[in-house]
Amino acid sequence: MPIADKSLLRFATTGSVDDGKSTLIGRLLYETKSIYDDQYAAIEKTSKRKGFKEVDLAYLLDGLAAEREQGITIDVAYRYFETPKRKFIITDTPGHVQYTRNMVTGASKADCAIILIDARNGVLTQSKRHGFIISLLQIPHLIVAVNKMDLVNYAEDVFFRIVREYENYSQKLDIHDIVFIPVSALKGDNVVEKSKKMSWYDGTTLLHCLENIHVAADRNLVDFRFPVQDVIRPHLDFRGFAGKIVSGTITPQEEVIILPSGKATTIKSITTYDGELTEAFASQSVVLTLSDEIDVSRGDMIVRKKNLPQIENNLEAIICWMDEQAMTINTPYIMKHTTKYTRASITKIVYKIDVDTLHRQPADTFLLNEIGRVEIRTSAPIFFDSYKINHATGSFILIDPLTNNTVAAGMIRDAVRHIEDYEVDKTFDGGKSKKSSNVIRRGLNIELEDREKQNGHKAFVLWFTGLSGSGKSTIAMELERRLLGRGCRIALLDGDNFRHGLCSDLGFSSTDRKENIRRAGEVAKIFFEHGSMVLCTFISPFAKDRYFVRSLFPQGRFAEIYMSCNLDECRKRDPNGLYKKAQSGLIKDFTGLSSPYETPATPELVIDTESCSVGECVDMIEKFIISKSIVPNKDISL
Amino acid sequence: MSSFSLSYLKQLESESIHILREVVAEFKNPVMLYSVGKDSSVMVRLAQKAFYPGKFPFPLMHIDTGYKFPEMYEFRDAFCAKIGAKLIVEKNEEWIAKGCHPLKTGVDKCCSLLKTGALLDALRKHGFDAALGGARREEEKSRAKERVFSLRDAFGQWDPKNQRPELWDIYNTRINEGETVRVFPLSNWTEQDIWEYIKLEQIPIVPIYFARKREVIISNGILIPVLSGAVDAHKKVKSVLCRFRSLGCMPCTGAIASVATTLDEIIGEVRSAKKSERENRVIDLTSDSSMEQKKKEGYF
Repeated sequence: MPIADKSLLRFATTGSVDDGKSTLIGRLLYETKSIYDDQYAAIEKTSKRKGFKEVDLAYLLDGLAAEREQGITIDVAYRYFETPKRKFIITDTPGHVQYTRNMVTGASKADCAIILIDARNGVLTQSKRHGFIISLLQIPHLIVAVNKMDLVNYAEDVFFRIVREYENYSQKLDIHDIVFIPVSALKGDNVVEKSKKMSWYDGTTLLHCLENIHVAADRNLVDFRFPVQDVIRPHLDFRGFAGKIVSGTITPQEEVIILPSGKATTIKSITTYDGELTEAFASQSVVLTLSDEIDVSRGDMIVRKKNLPQIENNLEAIICWMDEQAMTINTPYIMKHTTKYTRASITKIVYKIDVDTLHRQPADTFLLNEIGRVEIRTSAPIFFDSYKINHATGSFILIDPLTNNTVAAGMIRDAVRHIEDYEVDKTFDGGKSKKSSNVIRRGLNIELEDREKQNGHKAFVLWFTGLSGSGKSTIAMELERRLLGRGCRIALLDGDNFRHGLCSDLGFSSTDRKENIRRAGEVAKIFFEHGSMVLCTFISPFAKDRYFVRSLFPQGRFAEIYMSCNLDECRKRDPNGLYKKAQSGLIKDFTGLSSPYETPATPELVIDTESCSVGECVDMIEKFIISKSIVPNKDISL
Repeated sequence: MSSFSLSYLKQLESESIHILREVVAEFKNPVMLYSVGKDSSVMVRLAQKAFYPGKFPFPLMHIDTGYKFPEMYEFRDAFCAKIGAKLIVEKNEEWIAKGCHPLKTGVDKCCSLLKTGALLDALRKHGFDAALGGARREEEKSRAKERVFSLRDAFGQWDPKNQRPELWDIYNTRINEGETVRVFPLSNWTEQDIWEYIKLEQIPIVPIYFARKREVIISNGILIPVLSGAVDAHKKVKSVLCRFRSLGCMPCTGAIASVATTLDEIIGEVRSAKKSERENRVIDLTSDSSMEQKKKEGYF
């Protein structure tokens, strides 16, 4: 693979003191030939001096003299290795002392986390805490490596007991992709090479898993957010705004708004050292120039006119306290959020979370390493999204103005909604999308969790996409019957029916299609919030529109199901005679013929409706739903 | 729809540019430490990119010991003139005049006086509050523990047990009177990334990175160039095809046997290297934690 095409994966490792974390990383580095001879010789020497028979790869990682002396890890360490497929950055976070502070530091930027569990000890409180922090930080992928399998005779039941126990716990967390792998870091089983001693395990090795985790879908490419870092003004004729696109995409000529001024303009150019770009996207560092002379400075944010962040100065957030000095209510700390500094006071502690039991407790302060939910008032409004949908605009740090220490990490949930706030009319003109800016969005009266408990299954959205005639409705209807038999609460949103009712004012231009899908997504969301399984059958030809719908739901609660079927076959089926009409010119903008269909790049499921029967297709989807623990796996043949 | 994804080199580039811009936006008087080596060359290019089409936004400062390779001085002056950056050269004149030399004074002491001492003096003299350095976490085990923004006390010292948490891409740049910050925009780059990037971007580097025949003596497996003046007169001089993998002071920087005369050959060599990058740096070899010790004293 050409080096330039390799992708990058950042993963964090964590585990309790003797779970063998350093040994595991050492093993990964050793077997991918990332340890140099002179480094190996040095740890060989150390191992010998300490009286070990085998070379302990753990010594490779302890970078500080104090760590080597005491045999413990003090602070986060970074390691690098690569395989022909990927480059990896490991952040190795200590699991015991100051674990919150260290884990949050090490894992805040991770795509994936590995928790190590010692097979002999089973699931300890520590392993649960680590899972909780991973869930708080919304790290999209979690691998639980059950280590030291060699010391339990590679026993299958030991492994599955731990899997069950951990799954019981992780169901309470907001983690959607968990993989369990039985390994022996010391002996090398299932780390890089598949173990011969655990033939009962039919999953992949740890390295294989790391190489194949799909991270592209974890990014937010919908909401364009550009916090301005610097103003570049080399001469009178050039005034550009340097920054990193933290989410979304942008092209020249697009209409944008500058926050906080609310002034509207368009993008004139996207300038870089390597030339001007016709499009730029999340994670690129660029310079934007604007069509109009507008006052813009560091701390401002450039966003799309029709897609604004929230603009508020009363926030609700989860914070991790990281300072020796306890937090105090109403102290004016300094908040750094994107590129903007403001004064911020914690006005109220909603609750503190006991990380061992996940219980919520009242509290009047946070001590070092404590976590909880608070309300914060900032001296100026900040422009944010909830952390869940946008890590970059939903995160902040608090700094103590006296010591200048970083005292807290924060993740914004939402704006605080108190009745008195609504009486003041917000004068900000946010363009069309704020047409009804005085309408209050209410929180859910009944928590989703409670509804799910009543229903006996999770709320979930299955989005069927594909050409007209690819079998979306037929299969969804059969699936609906089947799920009804399982006692599920279901809503089927049919694209054709939508066109007759809710969307009868829309045509088939790309703008109208976008609006059609937006409405469908919002309706699906209402059903979802009421605990239903929602089956949506929409051609939805554009990836961007489908991505938007996806962004409405929590990760792991939305699946795109691509109905794969050849155009000729669809045309042959032509259930509603539409292809015929389109060919004779009666229908314009017909997907597949005169309007494009963008095949999903990474759907959760591809169903080949050409070669499978309806029954087989439904079986596959049903199996998928069960594998995701959406519905309990019980046979319902009565 | 295009894939909207960046290759890993472009991701590293973008991350580094973000860091450089934060430094310029938030510090009053930043400086980029320029050591003439390949990492410095890459760091300079990243700064050119970060502020394009603006001017190079900070001076470059070279802490010179007087013991660098002649090719390095030549390259430095030509390179800085070409990119239009202001170059500051600082030396510990007092100790150089007193004849401080690794072979006479001892490696650790010489480094402490001519590099760490000179650096701390220079930072104070110019009132720099942030110093950008090209150190990478992959290079050495104590550097693997570094933050991107590394706080130093009034004496330039690093306290590895008490580092500030560093979260997401939000850097706390606030410092108290007298404190300074070292910033490492190349933290996540590896030696191989540096070479791949030099090739991709066609970045100029000092010619002694490439192999040619050089007069050396071989001492403890390290090839010491005769030119360095650090040669034991009793040992036999040999002509060996070799190159320098990392650059430092002549008496303390060995060459490695190599046939790599092009960037592609260097990349191939780095990829299959059996030894770490700083294998030829005498400074790292004096004890198990010599780098950590130097960093605690104020070294990079």
